[in-house]
Amino acid sequence: MGIFEKFKIGLNKSSKNLSEGFKNLVINKKIDSKTLDNLEDFLIESDVGVVSAKELKQIFTDTKIDPKKDSLNQVNLIVENYIKKSMKPLEKNIVIEEGIKPKVILIAGVNGVGKTTTIGKLGKIFSKDNKQVVFAAADTFRAAAIEQLEIWSEKIGAKIIKSETGSDPASVAFKAIEFSKKNNIDCLLIDTAGRLQNKKNLMDEFKKISKVLKKIDPNSPHETILILDATTGQSALNQVEEFQKITPISGLIMTKLDGTAKGGILLAIARKYNLPIIAIGLGEKEDDLELFRAEDYAKALMSSN
Amino acid sequence: MFENLTNKFEEIFSSLKKAPSLNEKQVEEGLRSIRQALLEADVALPVAKTLIENIKPKAIGQEIIRSTTPGQMIVKIVYDELVQLLGDKKSEINLNAVPPVSIMLVGLQGSGKTTTAAKLAQYLEKNNKKKPLLVSLDVYRPAAQEQLKILGEQNSIQTLPIVKEQLPNDIARRALGAASLSGSDIIIFDTAGRTQIDLSMMSEIKELKSTLKPAEIMLVADSLTGQVAVNIATEFKKAVDLTGIILTRADGDGRGGAAVSMKFTTGVPIKFLGVGEKIENFEVFHPDRIANRILGMGDIVSLVEKASQNLDQENIKVTEENLKKGQFSMQDYLSQLRQMKKMGGMEGVLSMLPGVSKIKKQMDNANIDENIIKINEAVILSMTKEERLNPKIINASRKKRISSGSGTDSATVNKLLKQFKMMTNMMKKMSKGDPKDGIPPEIFNQLK
Ligand SMILES: Nc1nc2c(ncn2[C@@H]2O[C@H](COP(=O)(O)OP(=O)(O)OP(=O)(O)O)[C@@H](O)[C@H]2O)c(=O)[nH]1
Ligand SMILES: Nc1nc2c(ncn2[C@@H]2O[C@H](COP(=O)(O)OP(=O)(O)OP(=O)(O)O)[C@@H](O)[C@H]2O)c(=O)[nH]1
Ligand SMILES: [Mg+2]
Ligand SMILES: [Mg+2]
Repeated sequence: MGIFEKFKIGLNKSSKNLSEGFKNLVINKKIDSKTLDNLEDFLIESDVGVVSAKELKQIFTDTKIDPKKDSLNQVNLIVENYIKKSMKPLEKNIVIEEGIKPKVILIAGVNGVGKTTTIGKLGKIFSKDNKQVVFAAADTFRAAAIEQLEIWSEKIGAKIIKSETGSDPASVAFKAIEFSKKNNIDCLLIDTAGRLQNKKNLMDEFKKISKVLKKIDPNSPHETILILDATTGQSALNQVEEFQKITPISGLIMTKLDGTAKGGILLAIARKYNLPIIAIGLGEKEDDLELFRAEDYAKALMSSN
Repeated sequence: MFENLTNKFEEIFSSLKKAPSLNEKQVEEGLRSIRQALLEADVALPVAKTLIENIKPKAIGQEIIRSTTPGQMIVKIVYDELVQLLGDKKSEINLNAVPPVSIMLVGLQGSGKTTTAAKLAQYLEKNNKKKPLLVSLDVYRPAAQEQLKILGEQNSIQTLPIVKEQLPNDIARRALGAASLSGSDIIIFDTAGRTQIDLSMMSEIKELKSTLKPAEIMLVADSLTGQVAVNIATEFKKAVDLTGIILTRADGDGRGGAAVSMKFTTGVPIKFLGVGEKIENFEVFHPDRIANRILGMGDIVSLVEKASQNLDQENIKVTEENLKKGQFSMQDYLSQLRQMKKMGGMEGVLSMLPGVSKIKKQMDNANIDENIIKINEAVILSMTKEERLNPKIINASRKKRISSGSGTDSATVNKLLKQFKMMTNMMKKMSKGDPKDGIPPEIFNQLK
């Protein structure tokens, strides 16, 4: 099942995907200021944020939608194009280059967004590509976080570097990159504890993890990926903002798009921060990760069946 | 962004002349920015809309308390509405069942169920002197059962031993037996995360519910949740008829709009907050704190509260003076009633009366009905100024006008007038010295 179909399963069950909602708002209606307000409201309901909703409303207004022609189609096209235009340039794939060993990928995010699971899924993709993968269990805080990553490592055939619960996460990361370098490993994925971006000590700890890696490879981490949860509201914007202040984020992955959350906030984030978007999570299983494609995302958000 | 809201308010309202009460235009403009604030705080759109609609009539014509601005008044009105919506009273956890009492936690993936299970167990151990047993029914997520087991070990809370390959329903049954044997009086069941549209997983919790017959089945939800909060709470409620909500990650930057959305659409009370990753980071839910956060305007709210307290103090003084002079008017009665309402009963009034301790006993078991206070307030508000000062002029046709104005009937108006008369007589007596016979019990009876 490709992203489009799977993404839509969730969206279809949510009562209002965009196009369906637009239908009720514009068909046989005058496109007056009331209708425009309704369109804006409806966009806000999809978490696209007040800013994107306002921008889109402005485009609707400027375009002078002709009610004699198919107004629904016109509205759909405007939104679809807006999403594509905003997000197409942000598509990003992760490649494990031959020259860099190990390619170090550091995973960040607030609690419970799906960091550990996403590492399992990414590891699966890389090892299917015949790369040697190592996981670093640098979440030394949460109960059974290490055990969880261990089960994932067994599942996909990766090696795991770990220490005891309560030990220093930076030292686990250091041990892992040292090991990977020595053993000519292709890819090192570092799991970190969930941390809310408003907790200074935890953010400092993250910075330290990121910094210690440079002792072995000054160019590492080659990727720092921020994981976002599709059900999160406006806080996601702050999460991006604050994590970026700590260390440069090279890409985003949004999880849990298999539920009813449309992840509209991704559009708001794209508009505001211009960060590359790598993939989306569509379930709890190892294969439930798809590369991000702006067209698919737009279509999945829009289409009614 | 919310910090700016205060400025925006000042902008909108500074151009307007100070008026004695809020007019429609002021209210409209104020509410527009409130609406934006609500949306940016993740309050779901339909909920924000309804809230605004409810607030409008309350705001229009609202008197502006001296030393506050119209903008501040609107914020206060919205705040009060939010507090009321989120729950006037604390919602206690219900443990009334034959032990072992089952509590089930459900929710989306990663919302904080497992952590919360341990927190709740420790809370009940400390605050309710219970002996809890923790049970994980999550057979799906890697190391989920292990996680709860470790939390139990770390905090000396008993957990049900893990039996590999056992299905959730069988684990549930085993737990019921084990609890009886080990003398645990509470069993807290942690379940796997699930999306509300996953039909087979949703039927799993229905089945578990019928096995366990839990006294509480609570939705554990992330307070950072966006617009989808409404759908989540609605679907979980539909499936298992939730008895409570626990909001996690309230230590985050979320404005708590999800709390409003969930409570508003489902009516399910919010019972606890998770405020950190550690086991002790767990609190009983306080509606006023969340309301403050959503508006981000705690300062304004307390300012208006203070101003209205001052006003109350002034009113009390005036009433006291009037009492001394033996001139107790309907206006004084109104300010007394309002005081009663605010203080949640008669205590507010007490402070104004001589011979307090004697009366207090009578009042303690009086149990005054707040609704009647509200009705009386409405009736007095429908009187003209003249009528309030001199109720004797209220004849049949005036009564008719007052009752229709207040949405009551003439019997209610009569009752109030009678009460007022008794009150006046009593006040006269009391102003002359210590009341020998205390307050006539009829006065309280009429407020019940
Ligand atoms: N439906 C769905 N669930 C997901 C997805 N990704 C992860 N999950 C689930 O979300 C929950 C949390 O995932 P984790 O990987 O443990 O999250 P985390 O960010 O590592 O959590 P902490 O380490 O505790 O901060 C688990 O139940 C996962 O199975 C997804 O794309 N869709
Ligand atoms: N900051 C903060 N973190 C919390 C809170 N409650 C839980 N967490 C964290 O959120 C993450 C997920 O918590 P879990 O208890 O594993 O969530 P869950 O709902 O059991 O997850 P699944 O079983 O995978 O669906 C962990 O990192 C917890 O430490 C809270 O109130 N504040
Ligand atoms: Mg993790
Ligand atoms: Mg769990």
